[in-house]
Amino acid sequence: MTDSISTSRRAFLKRTATASGFTLGLTLVPVSRPSAMFADAPSSESLTPSVFVSVHDNGQVDITCHRSEMGQQIRTSIPQVIVEELGADWQHVNVVQATGHPKYGDQNTDGSRSIRRNFDRLREAGATAAYLLRAAAATGWQVDISDCEVNNHHVVHKPSGKKVGFGQLVAVASTLPLPDVKQLKLKARKDWQSIGKPMRSLDIQAMTSGTAVYGQDVILDNMCFAVIQRPPVVFSGVESVNDADVKKMTGVLDVITLAAPEAPAMFKPLGGVAVVANNTWQAWQASRALNVKWSDSPNISYDSKTYREQLLATAMAPGEVVRQQGDFATAKQQAESVIEAQYYAPHLAQAPMEPPAATAIVTEDKAEIWACVQTPQAARQVVAAALNLDPENVTINVTLLGGGFGRKSKPDFVVEAALLAKAMKRPVKVVWRREDDIQHGYFHTVSAQSLTATLNKQNKVTGWLHNSVFPSISSTFNPAANKPSDGELDLGMIDNPFDIQNLQLERGEANAHVRIGWLRSVANVYHAFAIQSFVDEIAHQTGKDQQTLLLDMIGPDRHIDFAKSNAKYGNYGDPQEDYPVDTARLKNVINTVCKKADWSQRHKQGRYLGLAAHRSFLSYAAVIVEVEVDNSGSWSIPKAYVALDAGTVVNPEHVRAQCEGGLIYGISCAIGQITASNGQINESNFHNYQVARMPQTPVSVEVSIIESSAPPGGVGEPPTPPAAPALANALFAATGNRLRELPIPLTVKRIKS
Amino acid sequence: MKVTINQKTFDYDGDPAMPLLWFIRDDLKMTGTKFSCGMALCGACTVHIDGEPTRSCQLPMSAVQGKEVTTIEGLSKDASHPVQEAWREHNVPQCGYCQSGQMMQAAALLSKNADPSDQDIESYMSGNICRCGTYPRIRAAIKTAAGKV
Repeated sequence: MTDSISTSRRAFLKRTATASGFTLGLTLVPVSRPSAMFADAPSSESLTPSVFVSVHDNGQVDITCHRSEMGQQIRTSIPQVIVEELGADWQHVNVVQATGHPKYGDQNTDGSRSIRRNFDRLREAGATAAYLLRAAAATGWQVDISDCEVNNHHVVHKPSGKKVGFGQLVAVASTLPLPDVKQLKLKARKDWQSIGKPMRSLDIQAMTSGTAVYGQDVILDNMCFAVIQRPPVVFSGVESVNDADVKKMTGVLDVITLAAPEAPAMFKPLGGVAVVANNTWQAWQASRALNVKWSDSPNISYDSKTYREQLLATAMAPGEVVRQQGDFATAKQQAESVIEAQYYAPHLAQAPMEPPAATAIVTEDKAEIWACVQTPQAARQVVAAALNLDPENVTINVTLLGGGFGRKSKPDFVVEAALLAKAMKRPVKVVWRREDDIQHGYFHTVSAQSLTATLNKQNKVTGWLHNSVFPSISSTFNPAANKPSDGELDLGMIDNPFDIQNLQLERGEANAHVRIGWLRSVANVYHAFAIQSFVDEIAHQTGKDQQTLLLDMIGPDRHIDFAKSNAKYGNYGDPQEDYPVDTARLKNVINTVCKKADWSQRHKQGRYLGLAAHRSFLSYAAVIVEVEVDNSGSWSIPKAYVALDAGTVVNPEHVRAQCEGGLIYGISCAIGQITASNGQINESNFHNYQVARMPQTPVSVEVSIIESSAPPGGVGEPPTPPAAPALANALFAATGNRLRELPIPLTVKRIKS
Repeated sequence: MKVTINQKTFDYDGDPAMPLLWFIRDDLKMTGTKFSCGMALCGACTVHIDGEPTRSCQLPMSAVQGKEVTTIEGLSKDASHPVQEAWREHNVPQCGYCQSGQMMQAAALLSKNADPSDQDIESYMSGNICRCGTYPRIRAAIKTAAGKV
């Protein structure tokens, strides 16, 4: 992997040097001759003051990326932050992908937190290495360290102008004590040359030449291939199988029965029957010939149609109050009018383009894995537990991920590879087929939301009741969990930003019958769909403009004080003092996107626009989708607009890309559905699990990134939640058809003439 | 049987029903051509057969005898095909997994149509799924590469 990455980096540099708009300090400076005093230093080949940075005596700088790369270009933005403080020349920077190990701190690449949780420590890692190089130069020159600065892979003595290359300083620097964090002087924002600059992905050459290596692409000597037929219903197991017949098929090496897990599902493999063969096709063919009798499961009665009715009924019944201010019941009694609506969103599968895959070598006391995992530390733990090994003897190599979206946070597939490699006593790659991915996932939950607004004579919203009902992700880890968890309600429901006197938020019970997992933006997807659709409904019924109403409902600039309404709010694990729920920033993204889309002129221009805004992962996003609907009701999106305030951003080019892609992922969330009958998933591949293709997506997306010095917020997820309500609101504008249930069909009936 | 891939000829005597994709990936160990759906529904495995974009996951080996197969590795030397260049200029890839197939499909489009309209691009590319949502950039990159193929 290192090789292909170096190649891509070189090509990247070649390209960036010529492409306009991508300017970084790329000028080649001849490496200075080592002066005697540096050459005489005790020999050491590298300086490694932290797990993130290594400077070698040949001048090469290795920067370790401890987060998984799944399209967000974290393998570029982490080096950007370190290079800023280190003063390294990109020509001598190599990116090393970390294996899973606690020494890196958290590596779980989800929750849009790779930058926001690492920004300061990465800057400090760069500054620490720079400090030691500066101190080494100062020692050699016998000058004051404060006169020495890092610049372009050299330490420069400012008063005299003399300079020395990083490589020559390694021997001395590696003998010096680490500085205290207080001794580090981080660069002022105005001096940033790397942070905040659009920089091309370091992996783009590999990705455009077909040489990038993903989990499905791992090849080891003497490797064999496994395809697994998993139980159609969760917690069902193998009663009998015609393994003797299948073992005789061409290329088949073995047929291995895997035990069904006991609840809770956690990250355990689902069990089933694995066919191991000489190539993927042989394993796949033989798997088709399996005739498995499956045992009964408590989940066999799960049926999406009847479950939907139950969820909606629960949502309309009184729930358990989780946040309350004022007195909603009285507000309802005194209301001039009441508006009520229910919203439903089905299960979804993350469906990354690369289905899960893992390759393992297991010996008696060691395991080595190559896999497309978002969470290599969890993978290490579960593999160690499954093989009864010390985690220190389990190595998880992280490949590139062909998309993750939450699916690859669950390392069940890695354990499968480990168990089979142990049984086969040779390297095994477990290949998940698309059918495996769609039918045996950790599904985005199914949900029902009931919303009620009370209005006074002036059509001002005086009361707001929201009941959220869905089987919880917690059920995957605790079978007793039978209602939405606080953590899930914190994703776009508890943090309701509206300035409404009488606010009552509730949850209702729902049991899970499939493995529930997180999907890009998680509960924000259905919470934003319900809330932002409902605001448009209120606007329509009261004859108000949606932008105006939304701004009115959000109310004055303030930081929401949850204590006032007896609620605790998790705030994505970060303190509200650093990351308040700031209504001014929310209103600003709404105003920005409306201005870009010429919202106020839409009627005159005959355009059909839908607006939605939502804070998630500590960032603020507003989306406008423009639709065209032809005579048959078939819709398309000529243009979409995104405004994002994510505080400080490291690489605006890739933030833009995440805004475009996050919006489009949200459109997929609006048009896809996973359903179950008799406990089995009905959908199996892209013919019946609909995801956005080019015709369902915007021809162009205009992205506005709000310039901000606020601390970094999330980027990968915030653009997704507003997409579905913006699309539904636009389709309402165009057709008069209020779409309260997902999926939105590709052909929408017109209600108005 | 013999099959020519990226101008090299290979012998194959395995199951004639095996899709070309697995010969390329598992036997030849060329992993630029991706597996994603296995049912010709997503385009990640797109290769050229005598210049025609084809889903290799559904194409049996028996159908490629005597044909010229081109994979992403053979689209150009040094990834210098105008489509590959345009893909970099527009920073198209996010995760990158579908992009071999997208580029093979786009290269075929531009070899037939030097100046495709938005509608031409949409209909030619609608069989290629990208879950990262790079479609607007794919459209832009195709326009940049247009006329250079």
